[in-house]
Amino acid sequence: MEMFDLSLIWAVIIAFGVIMYVLMDGFDLGLGILFPFAPDEDARDVMMNSVAPVWDGNETWLVLGGAGLIGAFPLVYSILLPAMYIGVFLMLAGLIFRGVAFEFRFKSRRTRNWWNAAFAGGSFVAAFAQGAVVGAYIEGFETADRVFTGGALDWLTPFSVITGLGLVAGYALLGATWLVLKSEGHVRDWARGLIPKLLVGVVVVFAVVSLWTPWIDPGVWERWFDHMQVIWLLPALALACVIGIYAANRKGRELMAFLLTLGMFIFTYLGLLVSRWPYVIPPDYTLWDAASAPESQFFLLIGVLFVVPIILTYTAWSYWVFRGKVRVGDGYH
Amino acid sequence: MALDPILLSRLQFAFVVSFHAIFPVFTIGLASYIAVLQGLYVSTGNRVWDRLGLFWTKVFAVVFGMGVVSGIVMAFQFGTNWSNFAQMAANFIGPMLSYEVVTAFFLEAGFLGVLLFGRHRVSPAVHFFAALMVAVGTFISAFWILATNSWMQTPDGYEIREGVIHVTSWVDAIFNASFPYRFTHMALAAFLTGGFVVTGVSAWFLLRGRDVDAHKRALSMTLWLLLFLAPLQAFVGDEHGLNTLEHQPMKIAAMEGNWETESNVPLLLFALPDRDLQANRVEIGIPNGASLILRHDPDGVVPGLDQIDRAQQPPVWITFYSFRVMVALGLLMIAFAVAGLVLRKGGRVYRSRWFLRGLQGMSLAPFVAVVAGWVVTETGRSPWLIYGVLDYADAITPSLSGGMVLFTLLGYIAVYAVIFIAGVYYLCKVINQGLDEDDDTEELDSHDRPARPMSAAHVPFDDARDDRAPNRS
Repeated sequence: MEMFDLSLIWAVIIAFGVIMYVLMDGFDLGLGILFPFAPDEDARDVMMNSVAPVWDGNETWLVLGGAGLIGAFPLVYSILLPAMYIGVFLMLAGLIFRGVAFEFRFKSRRTRNWWNAAFAGGSFVAAFAQGAVVGAYIEGFETADRVFTGGALDWLTPFSVITGLGLVAGYALLGATWLVLKSEGHVRDWARGLIPKLLVGVVVVFAVVSLWTPWIDPGVWERWFDHMQVIWLLPALALACVIGIYAANRKGRELMAFLLTLGMFIFTYLGLLVSRWPYVIPPDYTLWDAASAPESQFFLLIGVLFVVPIILTYTAWSYWVFRGKVRVGDGYH
Repeated sequence: MALDPILLSRLQFAFVVSFHAIFPVFTIGLASYIAVLQGLYVSTGNRVWDRLGLFWTKVFAVVFGMGVVSGIVMAFQFGTNWSNFAQMAANFIGPMLSYEVVTAFFLEAGFLGVLLFGRHRVSPAVHFFAALMVAVGTFISAFWILATNSWMQTPDGYEIREGVIHVTSWVDAIFNASFPYRFTHMALAAFLTGGFVVTGVSAWFLLRGRDVDAHKRALSMTLWLLLFLAPLQAFVGDEHGLNTLEHQPMKIAAMEGNWETESNVPLLLFALPDRDLQANRVEIGIPNGASLILRHDPDGVVPGLDQIDRAQQPPVWITFYSFRVMVALGLLMIAFAVAGLVLRKGGRVYRSRWFLRGLQGMSLAPFVAVVAGWVVTETGRSPWLIYGVLDYADAITPSLSGGMVLFTLLGYIAVYAVIFIAGVYYLCKVINQGLDEDDDTEELDSHDRPARPMSAAHVPFDDARDDRAPNRS
């Protein structure tokens, strides 16, 4: 075991799990956020049908991430969750509501508006809470002796509200580019028209967060402006993706627009990771401080290395099976 | 009055766990039953088993979906409310919870889809195999959860270094002293739950004269099973109790309402335990009963709560009465199983209205018994979260305030109330729809694809509004 840095391997696995979750649940949460603005009920049917076969597989990554985190980095788990206490509750409540709404909307007529509202509201709240976690994370946590010592609403700051709304806009963009890819006719036209507006929102938040972050933490300032200027490559790539999305959307290159949106998320995420590396609970604890015992990390690694490739294969297979456009009137009985 | 974050966190955890647990305890038993039905179909070729299998699969799909949705919260509870516990015990708890997720994923990814949607796409034998694997999968999930819980009751295979638990033997830790008893007790509870729900629903159909032949079969076979399982559960529960006596004597003292360590302890049927008095105010009991059960000797010495400080004693009221609720319901289950045997003569078992009505009511009994049993085992270990190692006060999240816990507790209650009401309402609709027509030309189009569990039940949630097109369902 001495040959490998298990904690480093686990950091990569967890980081991978998080971005998988963000990308995959991101577009189905995004559809929920766009739900109230849909032109008609047909469009909502198409939206839901486009993700119905895959959405609960997407949430597997969240549960796996939560369980993997306590197994590999218990310190992160036991500081982050108390620090985000109310936010975690809101996120879970949101996910539960939208999960149930998913099931029952297909089966209801008279009460359909209620399930529409639950789906949209749950998606918005969950997305906002996740975005606020990112903001709170950038700002750092008040800790002493390996426990969180701050207050219940410390996480709710002007900065985290902006990152929360930013993620809502980002997920909505993911949802819109996904919907363009998966729909046709008036639904696709509507989604295409949304993309430029959502891009403006994303870019504004992106700019505000980028300008604000170095002021919050001198460590980030130092890293950005002194000895690691290669970091600038990542936000530059993210911005290039934004421009690419706009152009691809105009030309009707649907798959390209969606892939570039994924790229935008990935580069932003990498930028965030590199700015903070190797701190997992800023500003005090690195990933090695936060790690569980090597025996536990190793025991867990066996199971995860075995199952993650299977999950990936299965996921890829189910997206393949459900490939192609969803038409109005398609769907579930 | 100051809000106590510890008490509220315990209430919150108890609420979330109890609410979530009723779904898996049902699906574990039901999955096995479905596997039996599909197995019978494969071996006899009789369509009636397949029709019953399809009906119960739909019920399974809805309950499983509810379990999945309500279970998301669990993975986060340890961190939000019990972060010191999470940090101390993560080296063991973390891998256990992760393995549970991993095995649950296997079950979902591999076989649930085939069970729910593969009826007309794979051969009956393959379909039976998928049902069997789903049943096995539910037990593997339960295995990890019960290993974790049992370890918290009877920790083993670990050492503490710098205040953190390190696993020295995974085998000792997983197969700890109370695990075999707890797992068997829980597995039987799951079978009993599935069994009593099946008999209750079958009775409901028989009383209404719907699909009588099929539900007669279901009722009969399940009653045979219960005749065997209900007494077996009493035996296993007794063994579990002896194990608890050995490892958690104060839990037994609270269950028996026994304040003083002495011989010839009666088995109390009724009592009013009084913490201030350190005795029961009223007692009605069977002389020497507890000594006889626990020591197999009327003169046997049974430990009492006087062995520990008052502050360390579990809440006797809750433990004492929850235990009696569980045992009383267990005895009632045995009584119904035996009554079923007696009524078989002349086929009265299918006609006796009081018996069928009673079975309908009994379908709720195992749920109450399971929750009561968990209350016994969880409150009885008080004040320990990890027995003898970590108490509640040291396990709680330090930054937590009573107000925060109250806020989220009320929030969870509200969220779960909504989904529970919607879920049970929908479940009743699915059951009311009954067995599908006996033909195998069930329509399948390219869009009827494996997806979310609940989409296996094609039953409308509410009645159509007139102004909506009927084809958009």
